[in-house]
Amino acid sequence: MIAYIVKRLGLALLVALAVSALAFFLIRLSGDVATAIAGEGARQEDLDIIRQTYGLDRPLVVQYLSWLWQTLRGDFGTSIYFKTDVSSLVLAKLPVTLLLGLTSLLFALVISIPLGVLAAVYSNSWIDRLALGVAVVGQALPNFFFALCLVMLFSITLRWLPVSGSSTWLHFVMPTIALGYYVAPAFMRLIRAGMIEVLSADYIRTARAKGLPARTVIFKHALRNAVVPVVALTAVQLGFLLGGSVVIETIFALDGLGYLAYQSITYKDFPVMQVIVLLLSVIYVLLTLASDIANAWLDPRIRVA
Amino acid sequence: MTDTILDVRGLSVDIATAGGVLHAVRDISLKVERGKTLCVVGESGCGKSMTSLAIMDLLPKGARRSAAALSFAGEDLSRAPGKRFNALRGNRMAMIFQEPMTALNPAYTIGDQLAEPYRLHRGASAAQARDRAVYLLDKVGIASPAERLGQYPHQLSGGLRQRVMIAMALMCEPELLIADEPTTALDVTIQAQILRLLADLQKEFGVAIMLITHDLGVVARIADRVAVMYAGQVVEEGPAAALFSDPRHPYTRGLLDCIPVPGRTARGGRLGAIPGVVPSLVGEVHGCSFRDRCPHARPVCAEDPPAREVDGHRWRCILEKAA
Ligand SMILES: Nc1ncnc2c1ncn2[C@@H]1O[C@H](COP(=O)(O)OP(=O)(O)OP(=O)(O)O)[C@@H](O)[C@H]1O
Ligand code: SF4
Ligand SMILES: [Mg+2]
Repeated sequence: MIAYIVKRLGLALLVALAVSALAFFLIRLSGDVATAIAGEGARQEDLDIIRQTYGLDRPLVVQYLSWLWQTLRGDFGTSIYFKTDVSSLVLAKLPVTLLLGLTSLLFALVISIPLGVLAAVYSNSWIDRLALGVAVVGQALPNFFFALCLVMLFSITLRWLPVSGSSTWLHFVMPTIALGYYVAPAFMRLIRAGMIEVLSADYIRTARAKGLPARTVIFKHALRNAVVPVVALTAVQLGFLLGGSVVIETIFALDGLGYLAYQSITYKDFPVMQVIVLLLSVIYVLLTLASDIANAWLDPRIRVA
Repeated sequence: MTDTILDVRGLSVDIATAGGVLHAVRDISLKVERGKTLCVVGESGCGKSMTSLAIMDLLPKGARRSAAALSFAGEDLSRAPGKRFNALRGNRMAMIFQEPMTALNPAYTIGDQLAEPYRLHRGASAAQARDRAVYLLDKVGIASPAERLGQYPHQLSGGLRQRVMIAMALMCEPELLIADEPTTALDVTIQAQILRLLADLQKEFGVAIMLITHDLGVVARIADRVAVMYAGQVVEEGPAAALFSDPRHPYTRGLLDCIPVPGRTARGGRLGAIPGVVPSLVGEVHGCSFRDRCPHARPVCAEDPPAREVDGHRWRCILEKAA
């Protein structure tokens, strides 16, 4: 198990490195850093001076390596737009995004597990079709549109929730629902399919043959086995959540990493963009690793090897 | 207290299929005496599993049971709610299945799964359930039982898993144990061990056994009574000795003729060597369902044959006795 984790950790580092390199080159292709610093319509001499000062006249590979070296030493650079150092900027926003990711994941699980279980237990009944309907709508609606519907309902019509900002927990309610509902259908389908398969397994018949009540059969014997692939999906979905948070945070002006990413793109704030991409990829890779470990641990056939 | 633990009358199982209603079990009657063994034999697909699942109220979705009477220890369960069966299953009636490899939950330890029925039905503490599990694992011939409790099913061989299943079925000292081909999936040597174990446990605990099997050799050795099923019906039923020495139904005769003789039967004798195919059980079925394969068939066999009985030996055929 330990060897496995070490191996996976090494792999995770490589992936994060590759992503950072890819992001570096793509971002550089998308625009000119010197122009971003000097502003549109700057004179050519100014641009040349900036290029020299910041080392932008060197080959891209050299620039990447020097950026990587600085980053590894903990120096994340300075934001072009905010004029503060990127690390404190990002660190200030990170908790909001992590909180939003966590609450939306919880929201997604809280609605998708019962719905998935119900849909499987009563498969092909009206309950199943209702659950399917909820899932299809969730997958078909663009999440910005759903977010706007929420705003219409809860902020404008009912006046229950604030439209934008991130100062109280009330500000998190709509973003959580919008983001959570976006990933819930995938969970629901997986749980439904897993439960249907597991419920027809021999050991479920054994559990019933012991006289166990239906809820024990379903929640102890069936769900425990059906939930294993869900753990793997959780990591992937968290990635989606982080990506989706750019849109949702922007709509609700929730002051997190996603909103910062949006701003950094708008203002061509390259150092900030670069660090956010790196950070998100590291988080994502670590989550995948955590889910793999959890998976191995959940399956006694792997754990007790 | 009656001597009959299980008395099934007029049991039918209908399964809804795409092609129509499949009459998997058709109006059968069976009895199991306390502490005795009833063997149920018949070709694959004749409805043996459906019969046992119907008795345990474990039929799969889409299968429906109807019965004139389904009495267990004198209590008619034919219209009993699911809750009543929950209280009896794993407690006073228990079942083991054909596939030991998949019958245990891969996610929980042997100890946990063994303890479950005992804690549920007896309200026992974890420690009491553990002691009982160790005691029974020892009884079913598993070495160092205490260490096995922490193991998972994948760490056990098929034979060991079936022993665990038997121990699990015995946790609450059931009065009836239904075993649906408990050895079919196992090696021949293990098969013999498991069957001997069942016979020994029956002597020790006085549990009545309804054993479903393909193996006529086994039947000859351990059955008190035998029921022969064909196409969803019990075509012949009676005391084992009478049935082997004086088979009345042509199908039973055919089965016995298919296997080598010593003491009439040998171990490992398999069914199904009679030429011909079983009729479809979808839709209405009339007359003797064996008539397409029966050497004695005649036109009247297209009508339902009469039920005959001599000294508790029953069969359904127009003939008194197959020649
Ligand atoms: N889930 C199901 N759906 C439709 N038909 C089924 C289903 N399960 C069983 N059957 C049918 O019911 C009939 C009886 O099946 P059953 O499993 O009781 O046979 P069996 O005597 O136990 O056979 P085997 O010796 O192979 O275990 C068969 O004709 C089978 O095709
Ligand atoms: S009723 Fe007719 S067909 Fe059926 S077993 Fe008897 S003789 Fe054969
Ligand atoms: Mg069967």
